[in-house]
Amino acid sequence: MKNDLVLRVIGKLLIPFILLFAVYVQFHGDYGPGGGFQAGTIFAAGIVFYALIFGLDNARKVVPDRLVEAMLATGVLLYAGVGVAGLLLGGNYLDYFVLDSDPIHGQHRGIFWVEAGVAVTVCGVMLKIFYMFASRGERDRDVP
Amino acid sequence: MAFTVLVLARTRNLFGVVVLSGIYSFLMATVLIALDAVDVAMTEAAVGAGVSTVLMLGALHLCKSEEAKPAHRPWLPLALSTATAALLIYGALGLPDFADPNAPIHQHVAPRYLQNEIDVPNVVTAVLASFRGYDTLGETTVVFTAGAGIIALLRRRKGKRGSDEK
Repeated sequence: MKNDLVLRVIGKLLIPFILLFAVYVQFHGDYGPGGGFQAGTIFAAGIVFYALIFGLDNARKVVPDRLVEAMLATGVLLYAGVGVAGLLLGGNYLDYFVLDSDPIHGQHRGIFWVEAGVAVTVCGVMLKIFYMFASRGERDRDVP
Repeated sequence: MAFTVLVLARTRNLFGVVVLSGIYSFLMATVLIALDAVDVAMTEAAVGAGVSTVLMLGALHLCKSEEAKPAHRPWLPLALSTATAALLIYGALGLPDFADPNAPIHQHVAPRYLQNEIDVPNVVTAVLASFRGYDTLGETTVVFTAGAGIIALLRRRKGKRGSDEK
């Protein structure tokens, strides 16, 4: 699909908006539909789209394997870290009320970081699975 | 949707099956929007129709694209799934009416969630991230485990090949 002009042009046009939409879904999740899971999958779908059109190697240059693997763990650690932060500030585990002097504000802060953690992990896992399957296919094609 | 499922069950060409299941996911997403579950609809459209279709195509790339003829007639599985469906429908008959305000699910904790004491307009996000924070932590861990499992399963092969090439 690398040489399909229509796909390349449309892809270049659409991918920024897909990624932007993912970010919007992430940060607007408190007010409209969306949140970490959705944002993570949409972001991953954008990257997968890119990989389909421009080839896996180019996608690997944009989002390297090492980064994806780091994202996998970072998200969960971020989520758990919010819980620990609540503990350190004198609340229960995953208690957001203590994260700020204003409890409501603390809730918002907690939800923000938790959603960020979810998004990072989901996006990382989706990309990792895709990379694994796709690279395996290519490898087998090279070695018949 | 019923038509898609029937064609899905009859098709032997796996490429067609993958495309059809993508269509099914999109239809499912519209159903979820009709049920006012926009958050789930978004996930369904992105995961079901988008990413998983691509993953299925990737898997298809690794194997034959024609489904093998089944070795025996599928009467027992058919009977089993029909029986399960009948049981589920029978159970669903006992549920309160759809959108009945007096249903127990709307009387238990939902009013407190809807009071919005944490001032997050999207109730789904509030429940997901705040009231049910532990559940979501567990879910995230499950997703993480899936990724780690994929790495553990497929990485070794890659490493071996890599060392062979060197």
